[in-house]
Amino acid sequence: MAEALRAHRGLASGRERSVTDPPPKPAAQALTLIVENMRCGACMAAIERALTRAGGVANARVNLSAKRVAICYDPEKTGPQELIGVLDRAGFRAAEAFDRPDESETRRADDLLRRLGIAGFAAANVMLLSVSVWAGVASDMDRSAADLFHWVSALIAMPAIAYAAQPFFRSAASALKSRRLNMDVPISLGITLATAMSLFQTMRGSEQVYFDAAITLTFFLLIGRFLDEQVRVRARGAAENLMGLKALSAIVIEPDGTARRVAARALAPGMRIQVATGERIPVDGRLLDGETEIEESLITGETLPRHAKAGDTVHAGTLNLTRPIVVEATAADESTLVAEIARLMQAAEQGRGRYIRLADRAARIYAPAVHVLGAATFIGWMVSGAGWEQALTYAIAVLIITCPCALALAVPAVQVAATSRLFAKGIIVKAADGLERLAETDTVVFDKTGTLTRGEPCLINAGAIGEETLSRAASLALASRHPYSRAIVNAARDRRLSVAPQASVMETPGSGLLAKTADGEERLGSGLWTGVAGSACPAEAPLWYCRPGHKPAGFRFEDALRSDARETVAALRAAGYDVELLSGDRAETVEAAARAAGIAGWRAGVRPEAKIARLQDLESHGRRVLMIGDGLNDAPALAAGHASLSPSTAADVSQNAADAVFQGEALAPVLEILAVAGAARRMALQNFAIALAYNAVSVPLAMAGHVTPLIAALAMSASSIAVTANALRLRSARLTLSAPEPNR
Amino acid sequence: MTALAWLIPSALALGLLGLAAFLWALKSGQFEDLDGAGWRAIQDDEDDGDLRADRRKPL
Repeated sequence: MAEALRAHRGLASGRERSVTDPPPKPAAQALTLIVENMRCGACMAAIERALTRAGGVANARVNLSAKRVAICYDPEKTGPQELIGVLDRAGFRAAEAFDRPDESETRRADDLLRRLGIAGFAAANVMLLSVSVWAGVASDMDRSAADLFHWVSALIAMPAIAYAAQPFFRSAASALKSRRLNMDVPISLGITLATAMSLFQTMRGSEQVYFDAAITLTFFLLIGRFLDEQVRVRARGAAENLMGLKALSAIVIEPDGTARRVAARALAPGMRIQVATGERIPVDGRLLDGETEIEESLITGETLPRHAKAGDTVHAGTLNLTRPIVVEATAADESTLVAEIARLMQAAEQGRGRYIRLADRAARIYAPAVHVLGAATFIGWMVSGAGWEQALTYAIAVLIITCPCALALAVPAVQVAATSRLFAKGIIVKAADGLERLAETDTVVFDKTGTLTRGEPCLINAGAIGEETLSRAASLALASRHPYSRAIVNAARDRRLSVAPQASVMETPGSGLLAKTADGEERLGSGLWTGVAGSACPAEAPLWYCRPGHKPAGFRFEDALRSDARETVAALRAAGYDVELLSGDRAETVEAAARAAGIAGWRAGVRPEAKIARLQDLESHGRRVLMIGDGLNDAPALAAGHASLSPSTAADVSQNAADAVFQGEALAPVLEILAVAGAARRMALQNFAIALAYNAVSVPLAMAGHVTPLIAALAMSASSIAVTANALRLRSARLTLSAPEPNR
Repeated sequence: MTALAWLIPSALALGLLGLAAFLWALKSGQFEDLDGAGWRAIQDDEDDGDLRADRRKPL
């Protein structure tokens, strides 16, 4: 990206030189924007066109894979907020990327790719020479020609191995330094010994030359290493974009009364911040001025707004509904709820760190076994009087044959196939070991508000209300951002009624809406506000609509389930998962939601620490829990569960704690991710089985000394290709959710 | 044997050519946006006229 920017800067100055000669060149500023909804080439062209047409932009270049655009602009003519506005008018939701995409990881991936290219070149050429030598055994190849070919192979292979295999050498060295064994130790040992021995044999003019096997092994293992890195870079980039889009900016009121827009991360305690209606409050703070209603569903799971007046504490991430307010930022740790959540999260995350990945678990058995086999071969042949040279050659053959391709190549290939399949469906796997942990779960625990439900109220008695009444109430409700008002407007639109905005609507926070018409006053609000209190039973409905000369109409609401919640729960139960509902909400609403979704086990009024306790209780009974939640109050439970998921509408903290984030209204991604995780696990185990079967045949041969360099190279390549091809089947395989694995 | 004297070097030279092309592509950032590169090839750049004119000039 930096390269491209530099090139474009050159382009811009070139254009200026051709116009006036020589102009005082303004310092160009670089800016990276994240664009959420860019999907195809047309979006790419539209974004670049919109930006380059805007004044002051020297250049804009889109990176479609990263969903980012690098802009070079003149700070005197335009600024980040203006450019975001330009994209907004073009129909794209953009946000400034403050964190540069992690350069060190991208560089590491590039570095691996460079090593991969060199190893590939060397492997191809050495193989070419080796094939000639093998063919020469059948025909009568000159001894001197074979020697020449071996020497050329040595000249190509040795520098290439010295450069390309460094990642393995380094990892092995650091493992040995801390007195551990990892998979890179036998790999490094095998590669180094094979190369050194081959050089010695080449000098003596022998036939036991393993350059081809050593360099091909390096090449295949580098592919695995590169794929592993690629998954990590991609997941991290996607997660950064997600966070970047949620990063807010805020209007700060300076002591002299002027307003200034700053990024939310630059806010400090003591600053006064203005929050417009409909905006999220960017900080924890105290309400200085104004009276409003605040929606806290992300924090507490409660869908109904809370009334807040001057002096009240408000939390970051909550939504200001009715009136513009001024908030004084306070330090985050002053708020007990947020501090409590942070403390619980920290404790919960410690358990997660102990998880050992499948490949590492296998490596713990595999690495010592390889060393023992190699040593046994060497000692065995020495004892039987074969001479050190012969014994060492056979031992090297064993090391090469046992190359851990199923671990180092097939497992990353499965991960790449699985994550890119999920990515295409809007599911971002954030944790590197997330898929493996997901595959082990057998119990699914849902949060209610915002996870099983949409997190917003829905009108449930729309059918009982006359069309005209609903239409008029919706016209009134259009002026308010209260969740009830939005529910009425949505219900009216669902019935295709005309909803025209009404003039001069006044809103009283906590009470309702009022409009003066020719006939008199129309009111939409609580029973008290509309005056029905006492007359009809006001408890029957939380919201009423009154119009002179008409009977008051009551509106009842419910936090509606996601459209496919029932089907998803049914599919999970059919596959053998236990499903449970844990909510902080009141018992009757939780019970209603549980019944509607078909969940038998539910608990209501559960506090964050009680959610963790319940998860621990389940785990102590041998359960592996998948926690799905969205609120801040779910974050500790998300960190405590064996695996966790959250919707992309969740609070930042929860998305950070979750292993994967899914987008969209539907819950079906939960099924997809469990199916893919399960399939990925099965594929990895299949690959281990393939590798085991292959080793069972070839290792005894190698130990017996029957493996020639030709067989070693062919067997190793064939096994690598077999496991990788098996792994790539996951890309297009038709998957159904299968029963959870029984716990070991 | 004499054929080998030029066959092996030329095979290596061709391989090196490919390797050099790969390293150059990597260095010039051509692997940074694999999705976007495909789309760029089929994009109509009607209003990039001035940009293209500039590209032809030595920078």
